[in-house]
Amino acid sequence: MKIHIKNGRLIDPKTGTDATRDVFVADDKILTVGQAPAAFEPDHIIDASNLIVCPGLVDTSVRLREPGLEYKATLESEMNAAVAGGVTSFACPPDTDPPLDEPGLVEMLKHRARSLNQAHVYPVGALTLGLRGERLTEMAELHDAGCIVFGQPDGMMTNLRVLMQAMQYASTFGFSVWLNPQEKNLAYDGVAHDGEVATRLGLPAIPVCAETVAISNIILLAKVVDVHIHLCRISSAEGLAMVRTAKQQGVSITCDVSANHLHLSDMDIDYFDANCHVIPPLRSISDRDALRLGLQDGTIDAICSDHAPVDEDAKMLPFGQAEIGATGVELLLSLTLKYGLERKRPLIEVLAAITTKPATVLGINAGHLSPGAAADLCIFDPESYWKVTVSALRSQGKNTPFLGMEVPGKVRYTLVNGNIVYQSQP
Amino acid sequence: MINRNPQLDSHRKLQHLLTTEGLPAAILLQILDTAETFVGVTERDVKKVPLLRGKSIFNLFFEPSTRTRTTFEIAAKRLSADVFNLNIAVSAQTKGETLLDTVDNLAAMDADMFVVRHAQSGAAHLIAKHVRPGIHVINAGDGRHAHPTQALLDMFTIRRFKREFHNLRVAIVGDILHSRVARSQIHALTTLGVPEVRVVAPKTLLPSRVERLGVHVFHDMKSGLKDIDVLMMLRLQKERMQGAYLPSSEEYFKNYGLTPEKLSMAKPDAIVMHPGPMNRGVEIDSAVADGNQSVILPQVTFGIAIRMAVMSILAGQPV
Repeated sequence: MKIHIKNGRLIDPKTGTDATRDVFVADDKILTVGQAPAAFEPDHIIDASNLIVCPGLVDTSVRLREPGLEYKATLESEMNAAVAGGVTSFACPPDTDPPLDEPGLVEMLKHRARSLNQAHVYPVGALTLGLRGERLTEMAELHDAGCIVFGQPDGMMTNLRVLMQAMQYASTFGFSVWLNPQEKNLAYDGVAHDGEVATRLGLPAIPVCAETVAISNIILLAKVVDVHIHLCRISSAEGLAMVRTAKQQGVSITCDVSANHLHLSDMDIDYFDANCHVIPPLRSISDRDALRLGLQDGTIDAICSDHAPVDEDAKMLPFGQAEIGATGVELLLSLTLKYGLERKRPLIEVLAAITTKPATVLGINAGHLSPGAAADLCIFDPESYWKVTVSALRSQGKNTPFLGMEVPGKVRYTLVNGNIVYQSQP
Repeated sequence: MINRNPQLDSHRKLQHLLTTEGLPAAILLQILDTAETFVGVTERDVKKVPLLRGKSIFNLFFEPSTRTRTTFEIAAKRLSADVFNLNIAVSAQTKGETLLDTVDNLAAMDADMFVVRHAQSGAAHLIAKHVRPGIHVINAGDGRHAHPTQALLDMFTIRRFKREFHNLRVAIVGDILHSRVARSQIHALTTLGVPEVRVVAPKTLLPSRVERLGVHVFHDMKSGLKDIDVLMMLRLQKERMQGAYLPSSEEYFKNYGLTPEKLSMAKPDAIVMHPGPMNRGVEIDSAVADGNQSVILPQVTFGIAIRMAVMSILAGQPV
């Protein structure tokens, strides 16, 4: 199918383009941008007047809950949610049940995802068997099955020798290692940031040093082992400062932040709002402000949704027992735009953090609109606000701290491989 | 995104008692004043008043407790309410029923009030948010968060013995980190205008930024108890010696156990309180617990009056 997207404001952070340009799509590729190719006869015209045309979003963390946890969400519901949020490529962490630690599971997931013909799914392979932090997975085999990076999402493994060997082994094949920096023994039974709010509410606390000690260990090991490290979900000002220094020293390291942490702090827990039970915990206002600055100065490479759909019953429990996580893939664009508006940052800069930069982190050819690239696009109305409600969300998880809020940016069209996979009315 | 105080209705009248935090001094004083009228009742031959006749009160104890549950039960019976005790720890929860399922089932039996104790901070708030209007929730202790009726009976005791709050120095001693009693005491004391509230504990038993609750932090008894009017001891759970909070109960007693010698740092007329049950020889020496500065037994008596006051204010006719 040939599609002519006309009159849109095209923003492509990779080339620094922000101008009114038409896009011409044929089959699954972008043919040209600006001038129509010779003898181009579109089968379909999308009028993007007053809309922004940008690369389809790339999200470094979307949980599909498959295999094993389908009562929380299904592949279908979450794939629908992703494209409704303009997300066309995403990584899914290996913390499924069982974890993504053997090739069959990964192949099955890739196959099931492909058959739905929606966003591109990039499973993050488990770094260790069962994510237990004891033995290495067959990373080369997992790579053949479709894993391009390897991670340990459930906090840091306590055995640093195994971590170092996992880094060495991954680096042998040129794989990046994705780690969620949280030292398990320091986090212990904590459920909230160690500060005034946790003290007031009597919630077991996770100190900032659970993050900084982990980052410190990771950086020291990364200096010895020549491996690219991606830190998933930075939450504190101090942790961020360590990453900034490491980058200045030339350590091969990137990091991301969840959209929740860009907007919220422990104050939002209010009277035990279980939707704010996320890991890493929402930290102080000054941490949040530091994260916003870290995004601006480039220390933070990407914003992700850290999408974690949770069934309602699992959140209808006292704060500490309520399941961890917030739904978010449909909020990624809106929360990123909201950040840009609040900080008065140019659109092209904030969109880079959810398109070209996460694509680079993930090592995939996506997140840009060059001729010849896959026709993955997000077309949205930046002026339109929508209210986050249970019925507005396609994800099976309705658990978000932003319920009831009005947020900017409504996705009008999502294209994956040149197919219109999502469309909404103005 | 901050909600209004979930304990107050739109007319700023008390509808649940979940924590002492954020309650206006006027409401705390109303509870203390109401309790004064019930102290007389408990001293009469016929100890019943008909304020809650026909009301159903469910004691929902998800955590074992004999003492607190009993005082709530006595308080409810003296107000002529029908009381039902549910020891959930050994019934529904073990069969997989969720907390809110249990509450829904009991609410369907025309409950008027739930008295809730739970090991998780925030459990009482969760129930209060869930029940239909007209059902009242009293928090009888949730995790490390709050135990408001204990704090109120402590305030009642202090007022009985010291008359005023605005000229007092109060010290709270012990495991502040894990203590819901300490948190509720701190909020009640600061709200009622106590100018100096101290906490005394080793650093492993203090939550971070506790000074933001309006207290002065001390790590030794000698300076912490100097010239104080009221001493509130906390119970030290035996489990604290299992982890790395403390090396031994002997060392704890040596440094933080209340002995006559340490008490001598306080003002001569200082009173000693303890929420019970006491660990003699761990946090308090028997000579102090049974001494003439101890008001620990009156605390228990006043506990019934306070719980009668809270229940009658929530669900009864205006007194």
